[in-house]
Amino acid sequence: MNINELEKMKNEGVEHLPSLERRAFLRAGLAITGLYMGGTILSLTSARDAQGAVGSMPTSSKYPYKPHYSMVMRQNLCVDCELCMEACVRTNHVPSYGWRTTILERTRTIGPDQKETIFMPVLCNQCNEPPCVRVCPTVATYKDRTTGIVVMENRKCIGCKTCMAACPYNARYFNEEVRAVDKCNFCLDTRLSKGMKDTACVEACPAHVRIFGDLSDPNSEVYKLVHQPETTVWVLRPETGALPNVFYMNVVLDI
Amino acid sequence: MEFIARVLPQEGGLEVSRSRLYNGVIGLLGVFTLVGIAFGLHAMFVGYHHVYGVSREVPWGLALAGYVFFVVTSTGLCLVSSIGHVFGFEAFKPIAKRSVFLAIATIISGFLVIAFEIENPWRMAVYNIISPNLTSSIWWMGTLYGAYLFFMLIEFALLQMGRHKLAGMLGLLGVIAGVAAHSNLGAVFGLLNAREFWHGPYMPIYFITSAMMSGCAAVIFFHWVAYKINGWKMSAEMERSLCSVAKLGALLYVVIMFFTTWKMISGMYGNPPGKYEAVMALINGPYANNFWYGEVGLGLVIPFLIILAVRARNLAAMAFGSACSIVGIFVMRYDLVVVGQIIPGYHELNITNLPHILPYTPTLHEWMVTLAGFSFCAILFMMGERLFRGHLSEDH
Repeated sequence: MNINELEKMKNEGVEHLPSLERRAFLRAGLAITGLYMGGTILSLTSARDAQGAVGSMPTSSKYPYKPHYSMVMRQNLCVDCELCMEACVRTNHVPSYGWRTTILERTRTIGPDQKETIFMPVLCNQCNEPPCVRVCPTVATYKDRTTGIVVMENRKCIGCKTCMAACPYNARYFNEEVRAVDKCNFCLDTRLSKGMKDTACVEACPAHVRIFGDLSDPNSEVYKLVHQPETTVWVLRPETGALPNVFYMNVVLDI
Repeated sequence: MEFIARVLPQEGGLEVSRSRLYNGVIGLLGVFTLVGIAFGLHAMFVGYHHVYGVSREVPWGLALAGYVFFVVTSTGLCLVSSIGHVFGFEAFKPIAKRSVFLAIATIISGFLVIAFEIENPWRMAVYNIISPNLTSSIWWMGTLYGAYLFFMLIEFALLQMGRHKLAGMLGLLGVIAGVAAHSNLGAVFGLLNAREFWHGPYMPIYFITSAMMSGCAAVIFFHWVAYKINGWKMSAEMERSLCSVAKLGALLYVVIMFFTTWKMISGMYGNPPGKYEAVMALINGPYANNFWYGEVGLGLVIPFLIILAVRARNLAAMAFGSACSIVGIFVMRYDLVVVGQIIPGYHELNITNLPHILPYTPTLHEWMVTLAGFSFCAILFMMGERLFRGHLSEDH
């Protein structure tokens, strides 16, 4: 109906409206107001869990491996001392031209003429859906059946380097000495299999940036950190669908 | 021995020039090939990452681009030749024998180059068979190209023996294996979720279509060169056949122009992260000369305009256009391989000291290995002319 025609019509008034219709109108109004109110109140509270912020956090309470090894980076504790990198090189015989773990430096503007430097340690994310494992023609790289760690079987590596191209995290390099692609394996061969409980980088970190443990164990520190209420936990490049097992968070500093 | 005698024609056909120049050129190409292989062996011995320009961020370089170039050309030659002797279109029959031979020559040259790109090719021979990964495009590509080469060799032998019907059936198997292998080569790039420039269904589709385009250029160029260097007179049927190939080529240049246009537009529209930066590197960045002069100019526009200008009739002009196109297509393969890797995975995180575009420059070793592929391909071509007496078939 045209608004001009509507204008010409006689006003019927509200006195003849049935009370049912009046109530329906009020209810709609309340519903709309309530929705906005509720929304406002909700947005004042921090998210109860980190899912909204990340999108690819583990959604099921069951983890596919036991122990399901993972690492949490308490990023704002990192001071870039690089002791983790040194320990890794020593433990895993990483050649000078390669790395299994490194620290990336980021700069963020936090005000006019104010900048903040963030140190971001990175390593293999031991993904649940690892793109590198998918593309390897000879199963030279695979998920360890017990721990879920992405490992290499050097003698099968043909050196096609597709895993390096496929990795979203730049976690792989070709080691000319062993003639195979090399990568972080959470020190599975050098420490974990010898009964040690953590990786070389975790042990070396003086600031306790890196927390390592079994994500499938609700009593482990990694489980507690990742499932902490009111804390945002994130992963790197979630859009690739790799479902990484290295999580990042910032801790509240009491300074 | 009897088999060889039946495959190798003893008389008839065309006699290759016996001049010292012809033999000298083959000898020179042989030296290039051996020098290139020596460089490749040296790289294999000391470790590729020490002498090649590739890095952990850009693991694939010129040698892989060279391999892709050769296998694209091989698949294209197989597909274009199949139009005649597999699918029965008369106009494409005279080019069949030489094209099938060249399909074999180019894929062998491709394998020669990839042997010095893959770090441990000997392990591939073993573990591809005893430890296959069926979700790997590389596995499928390697296996299917193996089947493809096998079918093409049998097909060529049958063509030589005059068993055209059986050859056609093997040709069909070759076409199927070739298309499957080649689309899997596209999938090697297209199925990498983390590489935005490559990721998606475009790569396998583009690879097949541009293979046909490369095939047309290679058919025209090599036929013209074969007749030119030996001073042979082309039959009217052969000329007509090459003109038909040129018409198909013109269509395919347009198709690839269309594909490239939309690839570029979709890479710019709305600045898709990762893809945008790569596409801009081609359009307006460090790869702009490669893209505009190499890919667009030499690879597509010049050969297309020449075919239009001579109305697909002047063979010498079209052979020149095809040569331009072959050079341009090589640049296309190089850009496709390299530009897909130059945008760092962490580019959106504003990392200090991380270049916006990762550097890659081929080294002497990489150039020499690639040159070995080209020299070896040329040797196979020239020897093929001699051994198979101009690749003439009795019925043409």
